[in-house]
Amino acid sequence: MTPIPRRRRRPLDPPAAALAAAASGGLSRRALLGTGVAAGAGLALTGCAPPEPPAAGGVAALDLPTDVSDEEKTLQWANWTAYLDMNGKETQSPTLEAFMEKTGIEVGYYEEVDDNDSYYAKVGPQLRAGQSIDRDIITLTDWMAARLIRDQVVQPLELIQMPNVVGNLLQPLKDASFDPGRMHSITWQSGFAGIGYNKEKVGRELKSLDDLWTDDLKGRVVVLSEFRDTAGLVMQSQGVDIESDWGQAEFEKALDFIEQKIDEGYIRKVKGNSYMEDLTSGNAVAGITWSGDIFVLAYDTEDPNWTFTLPESGGTLWSDNLMVPITSTHRRNAQRLMDYYYDPAVAAQVAAWVNYVCPVEGAQAEMEKIDPDLAESPWIFPTVDFIADNNVQQFRVLDADEDILYADLWSTKVMGN
Amino acid sequence: MSALAHVAGDPGLEPAAAAPEVKRRSWTAYLLMLPGVLWLAIFFLLPLVQLASVSLQSRYPGFPGYYYRDLNFSNYASALTDYAPHFARSFLYAGLATFLAFAVAYPLAYAMAFKAGRWRNLMMICVIAPFFTSFILRTFAWSQILADEGWVAGVLNFLHLLPNGHIINTPIAVVAGLTYNFLPFMVLPIYASLERADPRVIEAGGDLYANGFTTFRTVTLPISMPGVLAGTLLTFIPAAGDFVNMELLGPQRGKMIGNVINDQFLAVPGGYPVAAALSFTLMAAILVLVFLYIRRFGTEELV
Repeated sequence: MTPIPRRRRRPLDPPAAALAAAASGGLSRRALLGTGVAAGAGLALTGCAPPEPPAAGGVAALDLPTDVSDEEKTLQWANWTAYLDMNGKETQSPTLEAFMEKTGIEVGYYEEVDDNDSYYAKVGPQLRAGQSIDRDIITLTDWMAARLIRDQVVQPLELIQMPNVVGNLLQPLKDASFDPGRMHSITWQSGFAGIGYNKEKVGRELKSLDDLWTDDLKGRVVVLSEFRDTAGLVMQSQGVDIESDWGQAEFEKALDFIEQKIDEGYIRKVKGNSYMEDLTSGNAVAGITWSGDIFVLAYDTEDPNWTFTLPESGGTLWSDNLMVPITSTHRRNAQRLMDYYYDPAVAAQVAAWVNYVCPVEGAQAEMEKIDPDLAESPWIFPTVDFIADNNVQQFRVLDADEDILYADLWSTKVMGN
Repeated sequence: MSALAHVAGDPGLEPAAAAPEVKRRSWTAYLLMLPGVLWLAIFFLLPLVQLASVSLQSRYPGFPGYYYRDLNFSNYASALTDYAPHFARSFLYAGLATFLAFAVAYPLAYAMAFKAGRWRNLMMICVIAPFFTSFILRTFAWSQILADEGWVAGVLNFLHLLPNGHIINTPIAVVAGLTYNFLPFMVLPIYASLERADPRVIEAGGDLYANGFTTFRTVTLPISMPGVLAGTLLTFIPAAGDFVNMELLGPQRGKMIGNVINDQFLAVPGGYPVAAALSFTLMAAILVLVFLYIRRFGTEELV
């Protein structure tokens, strides 16, 4: 067994303990110990305590694992599919190769995030128990980054070590409600959720969300398992302002609608990033998708008919963030990589391939040199007017209780029924 | 497999019951049992206790994904009330797959045991060969073969046999996938018990003026029953808890219980206790079903 850096856990503080006691209904401890059998069971049950939630307040910055970046020139990066520039055979990333050459750091790149929930469900228990997940950078969406920061399972970053990030991060992203001052997370890419479809196979233009629910597309539509996107788009089409004040009623109305479309056979599957497979295999020809994926698909399949559009009622905008797990011992290596990707020339190279919104100041000018058309693309460098004109919104931040409630509703009504 | 060991009265867990009369020898017996007992204790009993503990935990208010120790039996209540249809569906699909696998496997095993001659080894390799590739990859391959623009769906559509126009993402594809994936588990035990059969006994059936069918019904089938029983259990038990076939080949509506457990573990923040309760309920339900099944068709020599 390799020694695992451990994060010290504070014992349950009194208010939390009181909260826990208040919330626990059912049998009392005395009732449990009443019979011999129950006592045996009780002994077994007390044997394995789940980790406690972190106490409020900042991360114990002095309690971080020792950084061994200088001795071990390695870095393991978990990312989503179609999210980094690739060479023709899709075996290597030119920018990543250049980084390895320049720094001598060996980077392991894993396209293993299919959706936020399933990824954090896999690594969360280990991180909360202070165990290594063998990843030094993980890439997750804003709302999930918020949860990781709240759970104190990501390391604070040394912004002073990353001059490119400090200098080139787009002004609106320099602060985030979930991570004041961007102390724990650096934006990787942003993107839109809207309608992706194959113009030739569909045979017409899709302009609104309702265009998806027609008999000729029955059973050939996939939607995202990320409820902020799929339910968000449906709510927008139902006239809800998803950035501001809405509640359970509006959310459930959207879910009922989606449930109905599944039952009637219009929606074939609800999927994570693997929806790309259904589009490639031809099982689906349209769906609620992410912007960059569709451009990558058009390139990969050499089929320019793949089209991405924002429905008339609006689309969503989200950002994914690079973070360093609390147990990583290669934070400095990770920071070098983050800083490298904030070099405008490198960022432009990535953006030219992934076609997502580039968070780097100066990348647009660099893009002019690579492909002037892409430099004008609103999908990569959207203007404020473009966002406003198309009613592009960000799903409002949910508090912890809503987070659980809505994920539950989504799971029971839409995902697993 | 664990359920199997349980039903068979698992000797490893009850060393006392197996205590022999000869005292001098008993140490050897214990020593021989030690690896098995340790294995079961570490990899079966311990996780089971952990799972039982999780299944009674409660969500920590305000912290998605955190739990505290509790005796929250409502997890079981919600497992039973909210997901009863999923249990029923799982057992139905697993039952269908078991039946279909039996229908395919028995003639195959029979042919291998009695008719194959010099082809026997080759047939055996063909049955085992799929194991050289991962279960997930093979199922994934089926999702490609059955895809809308593949030839299978093309031919079936040409014959107007598909009401929805597609075969993948239907329950038929799921049952077919389960049947395919667990077929070797049915073939091998049946083959083993048929292969052991004394051909003279079967011959004697003919000598006593029984026709082919009667001989089969009264001699061959009873001889192979231990294999059939083992095969059906080895197919039904994992098929009932499977989620891969449904995930890759199944529809969005009408999930199996394995998918619900997977979803509760991975997609619902705070879903661990219900997922654990569902796992326990599934285990209990399978144990009961298997127990009834063995009581009805039971035999001394299960394996």
